[in-house]
Amino acid sequence: MSNIPADLQYTKSHEWVRRIEGGAVEIGITEHAQSALGDLVFVEVPEVGRAVRAGEACAVVESVKAASDVYSPVTGTVIAGNGALAGKPELLNHDPYGEGWLFRVQTAAELAPLMNAAAYASYLEDESK
Amino acid sequence: MGLRTPLYDLHVGQNAKIVDFGGWDMPLHYGSQLEEHHAVRRDAGMFDVSHMAVVDLTGGRCRELLRVLLANDVARLNVYGKALYTCMLKPDGGVIDDLIVYLVSDTWYRLVVNAGTRDKDLFWIRSRAEEYGVSVLERTDLAMIAVQGPNARGKGAALLAPAQQAAVLELKPFSGAAFGSWFVARTGYTGEDGFEIMLPATDAADAWRRLLAHGVQAAGLGARDTLRLEAGMNLYGNDMDEQHHPLESGLAWTVAFEPEDRDFIGRAALQKARRAGCDRLVGLLLEERGVLRSHQKVLAAGAPGEGMVTSGTFSPTLNRSIALARVPNATGASVQVEIRGKMHAARVVKPPFVRHGKTLIDI
Repeated sequence: MSNIPADLQYTKSHEWVRRIEGGAVEIGITEHAQSALGDLVFVEVPEVGRAVRAGEACAVVESVKAASDVYSPVTGTVIAGNGALAGKPELLNHDPYGEGWLFRVQTAAELAPLMNAAAYASYLEDESK
Repeated sequence: MGLRTPLYDLHVGQNAKIVDFGGWDMPLHYGSQLEEHHAVRRDAGMFDVSHMAVVDLTGGRCRELLRVLLANDVARLNVYGKALYTCMLKPDGGVIDDLIVYLVSDTWYRLVVNAGTRDKDLFWIRSRAEEYGVSVLERTDLAMIAVQGPNARGKGAALLAPAQQAAVLELKPFSGAAFGSWFVARTGYTGEDGFEIMLPATDAADAWRRLLAHGVQAAGLGARDTLRLEAGMNLYGNDMDEQHHPLESGLAWTVAFEPEDRDFIGRAALQKARRAGCDRLVGLLLEERGVLRSHQKVLAAGAPGEGMVTSGTFSPTLNRSIALARVPNATGASVQVEIRGKMHAARVVKPPFVRHGKTLIDI
């Protein structure tokens, strides 16, 4: 069973969202997503200051085999990208919910419409059927 | 459910991620494709390649048949066990398949062809074999394991009886020999030394377990692809196909135009293409961050027309992205490749990128 921390919110495209201080959120991809992608070799995060809309592709993660878009789960402004991933994309494989975070967005959006951990877990189960 | 090799249950037992490849359920990786890649470059890895088809041709006129059927010339095989890499062409020069042919005896040649093309290959070969009285036997009773890496030959030889080990270690590059019901060849698809072992399907699981016990890393199709691309080796369906002939696929070296009177299928078309000039297959090294992938557009300053990446990947050995690309003949030393709508600079280089663990291009 995939690791799904209880304190995060999730999307159907396998991003997670963490509420951080000052009305901002941190975004990454789930354990399930990194495992499906395999060894990651290239990550492109959005520029600071970029305005993003919920559902907009704004980061790219590439594994040895394929490239995948990462969608912003919320509408807002990018306030940080994880620069460490440029030199160490494998952080995404080893610590997807910690050091492997992708970008942070300043947002007024409610996270309620996203899935909680239990809902994401059952979504994964349905998807694998 | 796809076709399964005799090693399928072992792959599942090793937690392989299984994917469809040409109708076969094959291991993509066993946890980390990068680790498997490095194991082959630095020590020894093994691949289940039992999905490839072993085809035995027997009869007094085999040689005559193959001199018509294949673009390389089997008359170059002057020692028993010797292997030849060649394309099999359509009359218009398009590549039906690339394959290895071994001279087993004067009346027996063994072909190893790709999994995804086996049916059309067999149809093509059989349609011409009859008039030469050559019989065509697909060896579905055999499995094949490739053991590759700087330490692969030593570890692979340990599978054989002590009395046979010296002989197998003396095999020259690109030659093979029978050891009982096994056929062991010093060939591969990784740019490293090693063996490809064809053995009865009933022996395969035991051989695989013994190689594991000797510290050989199981490696999947993912690592096989990054290794072959670093080694500058073509993949059928990507870097050549029925729509492209060998001269525009980096394979002119596999076409034997001499002797001039050997009338192999595709010869006239290739001679015409050679006179007219054609696109060429080159290596690319991405100068920026990112990953080259097949079907990306390639533009060269000053050269009319555009090219295309035929195979691209991230090279674990170079820590850079590399590719093979078909480009207009006039393409110079640098190109631009379109990745997700943006142009990125790439340098044109001569493959192979890596061989025998060494980087062969300037990074």
